This record gives sequence, structure tokens and C-alpha cells, in this order.
Amino acid sequence: MSKSLKILTLGLLATGGAAFAADPNLPKPGEIGSAVTPQEIARWDIDVRPDGLGLPPGQGTAEEGEQVWMDNCAACHGEFGEGVDRWPVLMGGVDSLSSDSPVKTPGSYWPYATTIYDYVYRAMPFGNAQSLTPDEVYALTAYILNMDEVVPSDFVVNAETLPKVEMPNRDGFIDDPRPDVKVASQEPCMKDCVKEVKITGHARKIDVTPEEGGGVE
Amino acid sequence: MAAVGAVSGGLTAVGFRPAGAAGIPEELPDHSRYLGPGVTDQPYGTPSQYEAHVIRRNVEWLTGSTESSINFTPLQDLHGIITPNGVFFERHHSGRADIDPAQHQLMIHGLVERPISLSVPDLLRFRPVDRIFFTECAANGGMEWRGAQLNGVQFTRGMLGCAQWTGIPLRTLFDYVGLKPKAKWVLAEGADAAALTRSIPMDKALDDCMVAFGQNGEMLRPGQGYPMRLVVPGWEGNMWVKWLRRLEVGDEPWYTRWETSKYTDLLPNGKAYKFTWVQEANSVITSPSPEKPMNGAGPHVIRGLAWSGNGRIKRVDVSMDGGKNWITAPLEEPILPKALTRFYLPFRWDGKSSLMLQSRAMDETGYVQPTIVDLRNARGTNSIYHNNSIMTWLVNPTGEVENVQVA
Repeated sequence: MSKSLKILTLGLLATGGAAFAADPNLPKPGEIGSAVTPQEIARWDIDVRPDGLGLPPGQGTAEEGEQVWMDNCAACHGEFGEGVDRWPVLMGGVDSLSSDSPVKTPGSYWPYATTIYDYVYRAMPFGNAQSLTPDEVYALTAYILNMDEVVPSDFVVNAETLPKVEMPNRDGFIDDPRPDVKVASQEPCMKDCVKEVKITGHARKIDVTPEEGGGVE
Repeated sequence: MAAVGAVSGGLTAVGFRPAGAAGIPEELPDHSRYLGPGVTDQPYGTPSQYEAHVIRRNVEWLTGSTESSINFTPLQDLHGIITPNGVFFERHHSGRADIDPAQHQLMIHGLVERPISLSVPDLLRFRPVDRIFFTECAANGGMEWRGAQLNGVQFTRGMLGCAQWTGIPLRTLFDYVGLKPKAKWVLAEGADAAALTRSIPMDKALDDCMVAFGQNGEMLRPGQGYPMRLVVPGWEGNMWVKWLRRLEVGDEPWYTRWETSKYTDLLPNGKAYKFTWVQEANSVITSPSPEKPMNGAGPHVIRGLAWSGNGRIKRVDVSMDGGKNWITAPLEEPILPKALTRFYLPFRWDGKSSLMLQSRAMDETGYVQPTIVDLRNARGTNSIYHNNSIMTWLVNPTGEVENVQVA
């Protein structure tokens, strides 16, 4: 470490930087907590990665998923994934992302098919999470992918095939480039910065603020 | 109450009287004569009955259900930089889990030498740290991307809170279990029915993340993740996983629903930013504000908050003419990294001129808070998250204050 860098590091410590250093009084291994067995880990470790790591044995097709969907999902998401009332829409929206009203569905937006399996298994149905078997979730994943016209109705979804399903918006994401606003990193103007200030929108005219506590009207 | 009459009806502010009339009552009030409740009356105290308006509020039309929804901190009525636990905003995805701490376990596994499970008493055997950090929902201000919509600071910037968190650095826990060489990412998972999961890069985890059990001097509230939650300083609130039950160490991110379908930022060309973790520099004037109208000519104080996920606030400028001219507001101590920072600017109002109040934060990296026009030019209007633009409050000649946008 160069001398100047050393001074910089000390300076950071002296001004109380939040970053945490290693704890010199760390307990010895085994002193705190309980060792967990692979069986105990497996009970909670339900996450699935895009490369398929974490997918359990089992399989399902859209044809098999239809009844599971009608029994467990259609009440909120609609028979065809169109969404009832304000519940999420799960089909359509392809080519809508650059429009004024983008419709973000698994088919139009989600980059990885594995995320469907992971999310449905861990958190759906809303209000009765983790009540479905891996086979049922594979079948539902197939059903959703079929609604979104990503796979045919007889496509078998399992740990081998799911990671290979290429979602339409697979390449739609870019790493955070911020700060992306150029003026946001310049010395700001303090005097006579703009000639005229025009009001372009009034919240009061939109009038969607809850009455109670929303301003003084 | 003549001066209040100059403002619109419904103003609840108390104590404003014509200059020269102190308003000392002729009768001794009851509380100066009779006994009040004894010390056993309130084992756990609540605010004065006259502060009953200082509450979290929900905007019903924002979400399909109250269980996967948001409420808002009443910023307009708070002081200093610490958010009281009872009004700290809540964002749940499957309701508020009610967890018996005796049943709770935190599992740490994956690319570690010794996978373990920690109970609450286990966690308390490590040396804790106390740190003050803000947490802000990535969607804070998200309803304002297309225009001025909600008329209040509570609703436009209130997905925000700041607390002193007490907990164990992830650095300590990972040193204890031993990381394997390929350990590059951490998956944090909650014990609620959403089992919310986010991928966090190991550099961040080892830098300043912590597993917190304390908030502002007491155990976490159930709505804040009791008995333990993740603290991810400066980063979007979604990553502060509540009811934390599992930390898995891996070599790749997981691309969970909350970092693909949600918490990605759509651009006009149809592409989207992913992994937009940091909450960039932001500020807002909390009073005057739509909820805090001006009460007559004379001296006033502009009160506001500034914060940055990239470090300390360096400066806050205030404009009263919609951004034509700016003056630098004094900052109140303490000025902590990744924490709310207070500014107070005394000024005089003639009681009849319209004002367009704005605040503009600058952080220690030199980043300057942008206008909504700057942000729209960079990201359009459909990115939902990370709206840290300058807010404008229009003060009308009557003293009423409105949320407007300017160009």
C-alpha cells in the first residue's frame, strides 16, 4: 500500500466510515449456533437459478397444468392469464415495452423461465404459499410459458429443459449505468439559471390524493 | 385566530394568533388544577392525543391488495433525522408476518466452510454495532414520473425512514462460518409467505451490511421484520429483507422475481436497467408542503430532509422561484453517510407572493440531484423506480401549498 493510500484509509477510519472491519474477537468455530445437516438445508433451500441450480426432480406440461391453473390461479389471474380486476396480467404484452403503456408479463419481460418456477413455488398461490408440489409447479410453469407462446402445449418442463427455454426478453436488461444524468455531476447553477419557469402539472387537478390527510382542502 | 383565517379553512395548526395577543386563558385549565394519570397508566407510551394525525397512510388505488402494498411515513410532522418506529413506513409482499422469536432461525449455508443455523439468542452472542441509516423504497416518488399526482410530501416522498439499527455485521457472520473462494453473491430470504429473495454482491455484504434485531433502541417491530432483518445501507429498500431466515452464499446472482420482473427500470427503447441498487442523492422540503401551509406574513423556516445512498450529504440548495436562483441552506448535525440529513432555512414571506419552493441535494461524490426533466430525458416515464428528482411546492398567495411540476 502506498503512503498516500494508507493516509486516506486512516482518514476514512478517523471520520467514522460505516464500513465494518473484521471482528478481532470472533468466536471460535462451533461456539455459536448449530451445525445444519444437508437434510435441514434442503427443507428451506428452494431457490432456483437461471442455470437450473436448485430445480428439483419432477416435470409437467401445459396440458397437465390447465387443471392446476383453474383450481389455484385463474380466480385472480384469469383463465388465460389476462388478470382479474387489478391482479397481475401474465400473458401478452410482447412488443409493448417501448410503447407508452408497456405490459410486463413473463412472456414480454421476464428474462429467465427459471424465475417463474422459483416464484410460483415459493410465493403462490397468494395466501397459500408453498402448497403446490414440484410436479404441479412444473406444470404451471409450462402452462404460463404456453400462454405466453414461448413453448407448445405438449412441451415437457423439467430440470433439464427449463434452463434452456429462451425467453423473448432474455437480452432486454443492461447493468446499472447510473449516474446516467449528465447535469447531475456538474457544479450546479446558483443565479439566473432559467429565464422562465412554467408549471406543467398540478397534483390538485389530478385529484387522486386520499382526502384524509392529503393537504388542506 | 384571525391570522389562520387568512389561510383556507380546515387548517389544524394551533397557536397562531394576532401579534400582541398572547391568548392567556382567564380560567386555570383542568390540567393545572387536577391530577393527571399516574405512572402506571401507560406501560408503553403513545403520542399525545393531539398528535393523532401523525400516522402512516395508505393510497388505496396504488395496489391490488393491502397485503402486498405500501404505506407512507408522515414526513411533514416529524423532526430531526430519526423516524419513530410506530410511523416508520411499511412495505410487505404477503402481509406482516408475526413471528415467535423462540421459533426463529437464521440459516447460513452455500459456499461456506461451516453451514450453521442461528437462533435469536445465538445472534446476540456476537458483538453488535449501532448505525444510523435511511431505508427508502425503490418506488418512492414512483407515481410522479409522468407528472405531479399526489398532493402531499407524505405520499410523494414518504416511502422513507431512518433509524439507528443494532445488529451484527454480515462481515462478522461470514468470517465466523468461513467463506469459500468462489463466494461472490449472497441470497437473502425472508420467512414471510412471500419468501422474498434478493441477490447481493459479496463486496457489499462484507462492506457495511448487517443483520439487525434492534431499531431505535428496541427490538424491531413486526412490520419491520421482527425478530431480524437485513440492513443494506444506501441501497433500495426491497433488498432490506425482513423476517430474515436464510443467507445462501453462491457464485452467481439468482435473478429472482424481485430483481427481474420487479425492481428493474424500463427505458423508452424497451430495454431495462437491472441491479439498480443505490438510492441516489435526494431531498425534499417537508414544511411548507401541501400538508403544512404557510400561516401569514413574516418569519418562517423551511424544513427539509436530504439523503444519499452514495455517502454523506455535502450541500443542500433551496430555491423559492422554481429554480431560477438558489441559496445554500445550513445543514444540521449529525451529517452521517447514507442517513437522513436535516436542513433548516429561515426566511421571510410577505404573505402575498407566490413561491415555488425547491431543494437540491449534493452528496460527497459531487452528484447533484436532478430535475424531473433531466430524469425523463435519461429514462422516459415508465421506469417506475428511482425517481430522485427535485420536488416543487407552489405556495399560493393564500398560503396554501400544492405539488406541481415545472419545466
